[in-house]
Amino acid sequence: MKKKDLILAGGICALALILWLAAQFFLPGNHRTIRITVDGELYGEYALEEDQVIAIGETNVCEIKDGRVKMIEADCPDHLCMHQKAIDAGGGTIVCLPNRVVIEAGKDDSGGGLDAVA
Amino acid sequence: MNKKTAYLGLFTAIAMIFGYVETLLPVFVGVPGVKLGLANLAVVFVLYEYGIKEAALVSVVRILAIGFLFGNLFSIAYSLAGAVVSLVCMALLKRVPGFSVVGVSITGGVTHNLGQLLVAMAIVENFSLMYYLPVLLVAGVITGFCIGVLAQEVRNRISGGPPGKFVKR
Repeated sequence: MKKKDLILAGGICALALILWLAAQFFLPGNHRTIRITVDGELYGEYALEEDQVIAIGETNVCEIKDGRVKMIEADCPDHLCMHQKAIDAGGGTIVCLPNRVVIEAGKDDSGGGLDAVA
Repeated sequence: MNKKTAYLGLFTAIAMIFGYVETLLPVFVGVPGVKLGLANLAVVFVLYEYGIKEAALVSVVRILAIGFLFGNLFSIAYSLAGAVVSLVCMALLKRVPGFSVVGVSITGGVTHNLGQLLVAMAIVENFSLMYYLPVLLVAGVITGFCIGVLAQEVRNRISGGPPGKFVKR
């Protein structure tokens, strides 16, 4: 363990913190819809307000409940997507790599950030 | 030569076992997809005791064997991306004076995650995965640090210091 190792580790952590803060600051978001894509192609857009269960092809099932989306079923062995953080109005992404399914927050509706305040 | 082949086979086997053992150790509960990368311990050790060619061999053989046994082509492509990027970056940093095994291993952990994130973005054709980047960077530093300290300790005990000493035994 040398000094340069610590500088390297600290530098990367600082970079991560800056990126995270930037994401929090610039992408607070007010999302009302979610977009589901399979293989990079749009599968469908759904309203966050409406509670429903959506079957994505034959491989995955997600559920919208109380304005939050979670993957509730997947036929892959690891089920990583089912443990990912739910998407809500603040945004987020759920990815199922084996089935190439992506659920992400839809278009931001917050009305142009600064302009809304000014 | 024969001795070296035997040792590299041994390290490949150890790397494969490590990959299994770490699934039994729930170190990062709650962070989906993040693991310790114990297999990298064997790769880092071989990188220091032999060199980049031998480390690449151990790494690639491990990934192919694990992939064909338990995974599929996607998981192989995915693992290879992380392994190649991290090994190249580790070998480069190893040449820079002032960095120890720990720094090299941290670089390996971080760049491994970067490589996998890039492949993931290419596979799902979606750039919003970038929001996961800060988490992966910090995770890479933590796992790389653990592996680096372990590698250092292992080298202190079985190779006794300067690079290559283990090889000559």
